[in-house]
Amino acid sequence: MEPLERYRPIIDDFDAFLAACQRPLGNAVRVNTIKASVERALEALAEEGVTYEQADWNPRVLRLETDSPGSTWSSFHGFTTGQEEVSAVPPVVLDPDPGERVWDCCAAPGSKATQIAALMDDRGTVVANDNNLGRISALRFNAERLGATSLAVTNDDARNYSLERFDFDRFDRTLVDAPCSCEGTIRKNPDALDNWSEGHISSVAGIQKGIIRRAIQATREGGTVVYSTCTFAPEENEAVVQHALDEEGCRVVDFDLALEHSPGLTEWDGDAFDSSLENAARIYPHQNDTGGFFVAKLEVTAE
Amino acid sequence: MSDGRESDERETNDGQRFDRLPATDAERTVEGRATREEVVDLFADRFGIPPETFDDYTFWEKGAGKIWIYGGEAPTPLRIEAIGMTCLRTRQEHWKPTTDFVQRFGHRATDCVIELDREQARRFASGEDQDLEWWDGDWGYLIAAHEVGVGPEGRPVRDGDAVEGGELEPLGVGLYVHGELRSMVPKGRQRDLES
Repeated sequence: MEPLERYRPIIDDFDAFLAACQRPLGNAVRVNTIKASVERALEALAEEGVTYEQADWNPRVLRLETDSPGSTWSSFHGFTTGQEEVSAVPPVVLDPDPGERVWDCCAAPGSKATQIAALMDDRGTVVANDNNLGRISALRFNAERLGATSLAVTNDDARNYSLERFDFDRFDRTLVDAPCSCEGTIRKNPDALDNWSEGHISSVAGIQKGIIRRAIQATREGGTVVYSTCTFAPEENEAVVQHALDEEGCRVVDFDLALEHSPGLTEWDGDAFDSSLENAARIYPHQNDTGGFFVAKLEVTAE
Repeated sequence: MSDGRESDERETNDGQRFDRLPATDAERTVEGRATREEVVDLFADRFGIPPETFDDYTFWEKGAGKIWIYGGEAPTPLRIEAIGMTCLRTRQEHWKPTTDFVQRFGHRATDCVIELDREQARRFASGEDQDLEWWDGDWGYLIAAHEVGVGPEGRPVRDGDAVEGGELEPLGVGLYVHGELRSMVPKGRQRDLES
């Protein structure tokens, strides 16, 4: 927990934050509306005696009281799929419409890409990319199990991603759920901080900046880019978005989120960020009893 | 890629890329490749799935005889990891639908659907073969289904976008021969569930 001490000045009720980070996380699933309505999935769970609590902010997110959420009929049928509650936030902020072209540039193992497909009623084109071939098989498995027919899977580095293979040259929306130092997953992976170092954060931030820039370039003017991580480090969050503001045509926009959260930072370690970064959301574990997350929503402006 | 129709040269299947299926026999340029018409007809003739179910989808071959169904945009040919889902295995005597396809589209089937009780469904999901001599329908590939989550159908009021309702839910594909239903659920999809 020691690395997290650096966040004491920016987190309200820091002791509650630390205590929450030490509690293991419960099981959550998302209802996959490609295969079943929320009502039907709830009936299926109730029928097999699985008790659940529906999230206030999103009726498709359920907290399950079972140790094996994968061993249910509703999971076998693809009515539900394991997904941490905060992990379901970025696709909701992305807010895609049916028929659109959407890019999930760091998609494996596919929780958010399949959620995007479901939010589009499985109509349109969702390009789910990941640079890690080993994780592509999990992505494909989940896409097929959940019945996402609108998904195309590619295996490339998002930083120099080419759209030449497709018939279109821009996406309507792009999700950058960036690889990160994963501090916010500490409740799920107790060893998440074992290899923590400022050097690691700095090198990951370099990759994140390359990905967010390419994401903005590949998205049409007026389109949306959502940037998210499961970490607290401002170097990987506000500083990356600030880099995008400096280098590409985009602006940070406000969004509604019915989960308790804190605003993005406008200052960290002597660096000032654009005041619009207050529109970003920092979700801390003690606020909603979840993992930690950062989400920012950008609108692509003229190049 | 040439359109090949007026040439005597037949192209061979390239297993490393996705090629969109030709609409009909007359447009076929690759030896042994299934046509869209044949695929849609198979689902209609064997299972009673209405052909218009697939109006907004395209069908593709990658690998020898593996057919994929896709709802998005893509040019042909295409070298990527996957599009949509595998739906059918062709280039063999009896074409075999996949578990994932049947779970996604099988609720529209009216024929060759074998309804299992919960214990039979449990055995099917775990990959077991079982004697089911009461079945008096066709032999061959069947859609196995059971009742699950019977509740209000249709689109929920608060959180729309349900794609389907109905009481019977497809489990996957079974091969029925000599009074026995063999589960075709692939290993990675098998689950030990409670009956």
